[in-house]
Amino acid sequence: MKYLDEYRDPALARRLVAEIRRSVTRPWVLMEICGGQTHTLVKYGIEELLGSQIELVHGPGCPVCVTPLEIVDKAIAIASIPEVIFVSYGDMLRVPGSHSDLFRVKAAGGDVRIAYSPMDALRLARENPQRPVVFFAVGFETTAPANSTAVWQAKREGLRNFSMLVSHVLVPPAIRLLLEQSANRVQGFIAPGHVCTVMGYEEYEELARRYKVPFVVGGFEPLDLLEAILLLVRQLEEGRAQVENQYVRSVSRGGNEAARRRMMEVFEVVDRNWRGIGPIAQSGYRLRPEYAAFDAEKIFGVETISAPEPPECISALVLQGLKKPVDCPMFGTRCTPATPMGAPMVSSEGACAAYYQYRRHAAPPGAQT
Amino acid sequence: MCLAIPGQIVEAQEINGMRFATVRFGGVTRQACLDFVPEAQCGDYVIVHVGFAISLVDAEEAERTYRLLEEMEALEEEPGAPEAELGKDGG
Repeated sequence: MKYLDEYRDPALARRLVAEIRRSVTRPWVLMEICGGQTHTLVKYGIEELLGSQIELVHGPGCPVCVTPLEIVDKAIAIASIPEVIFVSYGDMLRVPGSHSDLFRVKAAGGDVRIAYSPMDALRLARENPQRPVVFFAVGFETTAPANSTAVWQAKREGLRNFSMLVSHVLVPPAIRLLLEQSANRVQGFIAPGHVCTVMGYEEYEELARRYKVPFVVGGFEPLDLLEAILLLVRQLEEGRAQVENQYVRSVSRGGNEAARRRMMEVFEVVDRNWRGIGPIAQSGYRLRPEYAAFDAEKIFGVETISAPEPPECISALVLQGLKKPVDCPMFGTRCTPATPMGAPMVSSEGACAAYYQYRRHAAPPGAQT
Repeated sequence: MCLAIPGQIVEAQEINGMRFATVRFGGVTRQACLDFVPEAQCGDYVIVHVGFAISLVDAEEAERTYRLLEEMEALEEEPGAPEAELGKDGG
């Protein structure tokens, strides 16, 4: 497929790897934020190709993984109401809540449906005017324009039976939190290409200036990520801390203004709780008061549901890049994609699931001499 | 979750007052909303996420960066460098 296959060319990948290894003179710790990039890096074994000087740690950029337990519990409560049609992206169905998950609600007779697009939920609302249709709107900035458009269009069409359970999160506040921690080891970031397609990268310029760390906006194919790593390594070796854009075929500095205008018409910035990380100020979206009639939390009275997180899962440390999935005693034993104890094992973009799928047979660190 | 893939617009139409397109991804076609890429035309490549085109692929930029990558092939190569050293980085 055009714009995909050519970015998987093995010969070019080898040249990039050689160039990265030539450019590195000392150890560097790099983080990719986005779960899609984590998946590519682990799938293609890119870290193993780079040599021992470059360590890749995996950031909190999987919306499924960071959706807080209480929101999953709210989703389960709403989906369990007999007349409700509950519509979700597929990944959210297996995310464990406090006592259940959406798949079990479906197995018990709940009308839980998987959608490819929020517009599928809108179609269901049109086709089932007698039943409340609730869409589970999770995601980062990439998904917010689409999700907001579903509500925006529902209002335009006067669809009174459509509502949304919103749990939207934003990338820059999470990066800021990581950089302000004394335990932070990350020296350079691959910024998420599709988030930046929507948002542009001016926010990252501010972060680079303030914290003196380089960012490279990266794409999602192996060559994209290798080139982003090369650009980051060159910046670090030369002592620069700038924002560079590797993913120019999709990302411009100003982003997609039409998309941003739509989401800011529907959403407003709010403090959000992140699973495994905790509350982060001004780190997400909720519906604006003008769209309160479409807010599923208000309609179904689940605003007060709260839930403590189970203590044994180390996903908090994994999501902050402080631990690798294989450092967890439950990894691959009690915690597998079939029986996930924490969210990063649920989504294919979660770091734990990616390690389980592609690297569980690899020797643990330090096992070789 | 932020998975988005490039596809080519084969047909555009209006549904419920919104502009949609049939987009071909290899052998598969899907519908995508064009609200955020109003300038997109038939034949253009767009990057599609959850049923919405979020950008128009900049063909010139894609071509330019790919050429730069290809030019790296001309650089002096350390024969077998990555493969030869793989073993020693294993643990």
